[in-house]
Amino acid sequence: MKKGTIFVVLFVVGLLIGAPQSQAGSGGVGGLESMRGGQDLYEDSHAPTFKRWQQDQQPLKRSYLQQPPLVPHTTEEYRINLRQNKCLSCHSWSRYKDSGATKISLTHFRSRFGTELADVSPLRYFCTQCHVPQRDARPLVDNTFTPVESLASH
Amino acid sequence: MSESNKTSLKVMSTFFILGIIFWGGFHWALEITNTEEFCISCHEMEDNVYQELRQTVHFTNGSGVRATCPDCHVPKEWHYKIIRKIQASNEILHKILGTIDTKEKFESKRLQLAENVWKAMKETDSRECRNCHDNDSMDFTKQGRRAFDNHQRGFEAGKTCIDCHKGIAHALPMGMDHNSEIM
Repeated sequence: MKKGTIFVVLFVVGLLIGAPQSQAGSGGVGGLESMRGGQDLYEDSHAPTFKRWQQDQQPLKRSYLQQPPLVPHTTEEYRINLRQNKCLSCHSWSRYKDSGATKISLTHFRSRFGTELADVSPLRYFCTQCHVPQRDARPLVDNTFTPVESLASH
Repeated sequence: MSESNKTSLKVMSTFFILGIIFWGGFHWALEITNTEEFCISCHEMEDNVYQELRQTVHFTNGSGVRATCPDCHVPKEWHYKIIRKIQASNEILHKILGTIDTKEKFESKRLQLAENVWKAMKETDSRECRNCHDNDSMDFTKQGRRAFDNHQRGFEAGKTCIDCHKGIAHALPMGMDHNSEIM
């Protein structure tokens, strides 16, 4: 009986404390601010500004050793399919000297069973699974990440 | 005016008016066959190459200027145009024969068809490309790093547009020699 009374009192107190807050945070977000701002749940969110592809530039620095190098140019309309691999028309070993592009890594000539192949492994054919072009978007959360020292002069 | 003079005047003016009607009608018909609507009225064109074109910069782009089928595939100058139109009778024949009337048939013919277009474009120094893209008007400094380098190298080496820019408006054929596709 007593326990029940305490529970009811706590519940009412909780409501009294909670109620003004949930009113203050309009739209039922409870006054919490998410990464998209303190926006009412029932309002349409503001569209973020359009992020454009970064144009041609020098190779981008790596952040960590095993990072697949980023693509320092746009790849719009570059097709990678059964018919063609647009990336390889510059980055393949037979082309990189003419095109002045970085050549595809030797690690990409190895099958999943460790067999060395004469051409790019089907495993590695879809370049953009790992190598991605960049848009001019700033990180959503500021951070103090710095690359490892072995990449300092890279 | 004598009677014979009057007759010859009548004959001449009749021929003159008939000439306008026939010549105008001929041109009118020619222009109808020179529209995209006409090209894609055949499903062979609409289902294959037109759908591929829709994915490319020659269909949608920032400035909203777009190329239609005849812009690239029919010469603008009159005599070249007439020659191309006469060659097109072969295309009508194959439309009737149904040479490429399924996706599979089209795909198995694609290499040959593409090679025909590449050959024609190479022989004309990519004339149809140059209707819009003029290398004298091309400001390399406004281009990206790779285009800046490669366009100058290409023009110096005497290359023509199609040497590097294959498969920019349509899918590339299976089994093509990728060494012929430089860029």
